[in-house]
Amino acid sequence: MAEGKKTDIKLPDPSKLIVSSSPHLHNGSSVRKIMWLVILALMPSCIMGVYYFGFAAFRVLAVCVISSLIFEYIFARMMGRNNDWKDGSAIITGLLMGMLLSAGMPWWVCVIGCFIAIVFGKQVYGGIGFNPFNPACVGRIALIIAFPKMMTTWVPTRFMDKSFFVFDKSLLSPEKIEQIKGMSHLPFFHSVIDGVTCATPLGVVQTPFKLGTATEQLVGTVTDWQHVWQYAIGNIGGCIGETSAIALIIGGIFLIAMKVIKWYIPVSYIGTVAVFSTIVHFSMSPPALPGMVYQVLTGGLLIGAFFMATDMVTTPMTCKGGIIFGVGCGIITCVIRNWGGYPEGVMFSIVLMNALTPLIDRVTANRPFGKKQTSKTEA
Amino acid sequence: MSLGKEFSKGIWKENPVLVLLLGMCPVLAVTGDAYNGLGMGIASTCVLLGSNTVVSSCKSFIPKKVRIPCYIIIIATFVTMVGLVLKAYLPALDKALGIFIPLIVVNCIVLGRAEAFAAKSTIANSIADALGMGLGFTLALVVLGGIREFLTNGTLFTIQFVPGWNVSFLLSNSPAGAFIVLGLLIAGMNWLNMMKAKKQGKVFEPPKHLDCRQCNICNMEDI
Repeated sequence: MAEGKKTDIKLPDPSKLIVSSSPHLHNGSSVRKIMWLVILALMPSCIMGVYYFGFAAFRVLAVCVISSLIFEYIFARMMGRNNDWKDGSAIITGLLMGMLLSAGMPWWVCVIGCFIAIVFGKQVYGGIGFNPFNPACVGRIALIIAFPKMMTTWVPTRFMDKSFFVFDKSLLSPEKIEQIKGMSHLPFFHSVIDGVTCATPLGVVQTPFKLGTATEQLVGTVTDWQHVWQYAIGNIGGCIGETSAIALIIGGIFLIAMKVIKWYIPVSYIGTVAVFSTIVHFSMSPPALPGMVYQVLTGGLLIGAFFMATDMVTTPMTCKGGIIFGVGCGIITCVIRNWGGYPEGVMFSIVLMNALTPLIDRVTANRPFGKKQTSKTEA
Repeated sequence: MSLGKEFSKGIWKENPVLVLLLGMCPVLAVTGDAYNGLGMGIASTCVLLGSNTVVSSCKSFIPKKVRIPCYIIIIATFVTMVGLVLKAYLPALDKALGIFIPLIVVNCIVLGRAEAFAAKSTIANSIADALGMGLGFTLALVVLGGIREFLTNGTLFTIQFVPGWNVSFLLSNSPAGAFIVLGLLIAGMNWLNMMKAKKQGKVFEPPKHLDCRQCNICNMEDI
């Protein structure tokens, strides 16, 4: 034993050796950092939403974020994962949840949606990283099934007037317009008025199309340059966060530039919707459905493509898989929009493709290094 | 096991819905409200009682190779009887349950108890087992239906409990809501069992004889 003492090589403390599976390289980012980048990228659309819908929009967003954090804290602790709530992912879920709701939503609907998103969308599966579906999509779908009427009732923005006739049905009564104009001296408060509802651009076109009463004139009106500009800046009825196309694209490009998300899912998703809707548009004469610019800029497509279809946990890992995912989402979205029972299909398409993600990952797995490619003729 | 134990095991320890997970199709489909759940539970209990009694008393002369068709015929007889009684005396309930009354024939609980219990036990034990299992099934259905009905409309057995509940929460009324509420019930039951085991200083384990090995429907060749 004396000899052994001489040649004793100092081994590292085995309890401090980390034995782990690949990948071994780490680029230094953390879950928390990525979450803050995503929150930063969501800010432009939140600000535009609050600007257009007023204080009511801020209230919805705040209720969603706070209730998501509280539910995450309670349920992560209940499941014995005490520090889970600190990573900020609940803030994103709450923020996305709020951005997918109308500004006129009662607070308790927001709380129910966040509860379903956090608890049934995430915590029951084991918390962050284990959820098969995007939590915010789960919450939003649960709400549209639970309260179909409330979830398809929208409030107008603060700047709408009679000239945008396609945006609004009930605003056409002159008293209501006067009522709204009378409130305009209170800059951030007037869209809280109850009973003023408004249609989304998708609803304006899709409902007559499904009833068979869509006309060429209607399609022509909603796609003229004046209206397209309104879609781009966000002066349209809809959810708080999904109306302003420019703000969403800025946020999306920021995320791609910061390498938080990969470009191929948004590009293949939006591209598929564009191609599909162009084909549908030109295959009908006279065209009863507007073409690609309209389909891409309105509805929840942009927020879905940039912020929900790119969730790292629930989408395929490889480039090929991402493109399959995006194309599938695009086709399902267009089918639901044009022929389905709901005016919008982005959330459903993302959740349906989330369910297929493990299969896509299996089919498109990368070839391990050093393995010969088996040619088909040999077999 | 004593008669009392055979009776009481179906209510909690081997509850057919929450522990054995049998008969999921009617469980999820007809529990939109508590009344339908109660009706379905009682109808299944009657069929279970009849089939367990007859199977147990005929077990000595049913050839083993054709026992499943025999059981099905016995069960189908009782299902037809229950169906006709419902049509005659409770036409509204019969309409609400619809196809799920004839489908009791293929309800796993009825066939499962015939195969796994009645075919090996005395008549008295089989009757106790049928009553206990039926009661457990009915209780689970009423609780599930009651929770779903309450969440949807704020009512129980169509009596308004919360005044002014004017917004229907349609999620719990949909099939997806049935899965969610059932999952919560099972989670709650396991949690209670774990708490009970922890108090006694043990770790909770589901009963070993309830897994696939106890059922011998699949291995026909060793007969």
